[in-house]
Amino acid sequence: MDITAIPGLIVDLIRYLVEILFLSPSALEIIMLFTAPLALGALCGVMCERSGVVNIGIEGIMLTTAFAAYLTGFLLHDSIGTFPALVAGVVVAVLVGAVLGIIHGWLTISVRADQIIAGVFLNVAAIGVTSYLNRIIITPTGRGGAGVLPDLNLVPAGITEIPVIGPILAMVFNPNAIAVSVIFLVIGLQVLLYRTRWGLRTRAVGEHPKAADTVGINVIRLRYLNVIVGCAIAGLAGAYIVIGSNGAFQNEMSAGRGFIALAAVIFGRWTPLGAFGGALLFGAASGIQTVISVARPEGQLGQVLASIPTQFYAAFPYVLTIIILAGVVGRSIPPAADGIPYEKEARA
Amino acid sequence: MTDPVDPRASRESARAQAGGADPLVGKDPVAAAPAGSGQAAPARRDVGGALLRAWRASAVPILSIVLALVIGAIIIVLSPLTTGKPIQPDLPIRAYLALLEGAFGTPVQWADDARRFNAIGDTLVKAAPLMFGGLAVGLAFKAGLFNIGVAGQFLVGAFAAALAGATFGYLDTNFAVPLAVTIGGLAGAAYGFIPGFLKARTGAHEVVTTIMLNAIALQLLAWALDLVKVAGFSFPRTGDIVNATLPVLFGRNIHLGVLLGFLAIFVIRWLLDRTTLGFEIRTVGANPNAARYAGIRPVFIITLTMTLSGLLGGLAGAVQMLGVQGFYATGISAKVGFDSITVALLGRSSPLGIMFSALLFGVLRAGQNLMQLRTQNQVPIEVIDVIQALIILFLAADIIVRRVFRLRRAKGAIEGEVRTVTASWGEQVAR
Repeated sequence: MDITAIPGLIVDLIRYLVEILFLSPSALEIIMLFTAPLALGALCGVMCERSGVVNIGIEGIMLTTAFAAYLTGFLLHDSIGTFPALVAGVVVAVLVGAVLGIIHGWLTISVRADQIIAGVFLNVAAIGVTSYLNRIIITPTGRGGAGVLPDLNLVPAGITEIPVIGPILAMVFNPNAIAVSVIFLVIGLQVLLYRTRWGLRTRAVGEHPKAADTVGINVIRLRYLNVIVGCAIAGLAGAYIVIGSNGAFQNEMSAGRGFIALAAVIFGRWTPLGAFGGALLFGAASGIQTVISVARPEGQLGQVLASIPTQFYAAFPYVLTIIILAGVVGRSIPPAADGIPYEKEARA
Repeated sequence: MTDPVDPRASRESARAQAGGADPLVGKDPVAAAPAGSGQAAPARRDVGGALLRAWRASAVPILSIVLALVIGAIIIVLSPLTTGKPIQPDLPIRAYLALLEGAFGTPVQWADDARRFNAIGDTLVKAAPLMFGGLAVGLAFKAGLFNIGVAGQFLVGAFAAALAGATFGYLDTNFAVPLAVTIGGLAGAAYGFIPGFLKARTGAHEVVTTIMLNAIALQLLAWALDLVKVAGFSFPRTGDIVNATLPVLFGRNIHLGVLLGFLAIFVIRWLLDRTTLGFEIRTVGANPNAARYAGIRPVFIITLTMTLSGLLGGLAGAVQMLGVQGFYATGISAKVGFDSITVALLGRSSPLGIMFSALLFGVLRAGQNLMQLRTQNQVPIEVIDVIQALIILFLAADIIVRRVFRLRRAKGAIEGEVRTVTASWGEQVAR
């Protein structure tokens, strides 16, 4: 390739990205499909870490709850119909997420086990249990889809054509119910964390549990609450990756997204809005190949983009995660008590 | 590097200091008292005391395995209920017996000269890469690092070894084998260097970066395989490794890699216990700040440890590739990388412990297929993954094991070096 063509190509690429993101109604919607599970996982990370509990088991929670949602939809869709079965699947996924939160909380808060090892347990157990149950329950039946949650499509077609605002509205309100809930959860948590008594207490417990304890905050109970609610949100992510996308479960289908969500938490400096920004960035990196294949740019840029091997596109979000972590971590400071179990009687 | 004090003599005091200075270790009164009954004992040389100490050190891991197998049996018994089939109380016994038969052979096989060591050979061949992988994770634990990236280092090492084998396989075995093993190991080392350097320089936590590198390895190797694939096969694969195949030393299948695995155990044991570098690694793991004041550069040690860890992960891949697989193709299992974490945790990061737990996982992985076969798929191989998860659970929450077996609380390895893994979450390394 001619080196002198590169500046022109970069200009073309930027122009293409701006056009596709803000003028076409579909690109941001595609990116949202990839962002939603990352953002929900990241909210779980924010909830847990803000109160001082490291949770690297988000990956495992997503995988387990994905299977729970799939299994529920799969077992019920003949008797109560596809859509009610899917709703039941989402509910079950959230409940299973909460149960896993109780387990993680018990290990990290009560037993005071190493929090990373507890997370490893969740991840290993998720792979073992889901592949085992998949083998003994689903495989003999010859396998079938559980169905897919329908898109809400709340924004009329005319409005999505409006530049900038249209695509953003489409991104927020047109996907399925779980993805639409993401924005509300993000904004809701941001407000809760910084404008309410619960939020203040959570931040206090994550920064200095001893001080929080002396003013009468129940550190243990608050940490349990946050971990359980956070993991329930991760359950929503699990439901999303199976019945929010193609409706079929595959072993290890969470594919590292729980860990990308963790990177989004660090990128977003442990705030819900920032974590959503991180998730959006990683979601865009994941979705870029689909966006390009849907609306391939013309001319030389199109040829160049098409000539990049698909494996490079697939590796891109992971590479970006590492780059961002390496560039950002030094400047972002975690809650002071993150990862440290609280012991009431311990020396300060 | 110029440590004026004899590493062995200063170890106890450094550990005690680290215990006192580190708020994390110091919180646990049991962990903070390292010199308790067990550590001060070398002066006493009675056999009973040695046995007692060995039991104290290994009681929780051994009982965790027992408890995991018992609960695994309960899961096996109850599983038919999920599909509405009747319960068979003898199913777990049949499953476990088939597992043992697959791993150790039957009396009939033992009586036959030709087949005597076939099953045990399978077990050792499965254990060999796990020894390397377990050491990779364990060595990193010693420096307070969690290398979840053994899967990626394993794949990179296996690919490099396969490529080297295909390129230099025409050479004499005496040249081709060391060359291919070395190249595999070095590729893994290069892949381990990345997260080590990033952790040391920028603080990017290795738990996230190594997982990302696992995913990247899968993609990049699929791409690279496409570039180097040989013609004449219906799927992309590397060429034959001919003379780079690890020679079989004993029985039907016990290859050179098994010997290398045991050798690695003792090399790392020597490195950690008898060298200045080992001392520095353990000091950085115990308390990076204290290490810095003692004149050890954590940045250097962390990068070097992750590189060595990657080297071991790459060797695991090379041994598996050159001893068993023979060529690289897409979909090659990186399960070894995954099992290595449990092997290291179960072995409490000590090389000898890792040797025993790698052998145990060799038994499980060698016997699992016969277990599934003999039970007509009613007990699928995935049960082993469930048992593995249970082992981790009982190691993480050893309080369960202690309650069940009424053990006294003793010094454990989970607090200690591993706890520093969480302590470094999101923080920058002291320079």
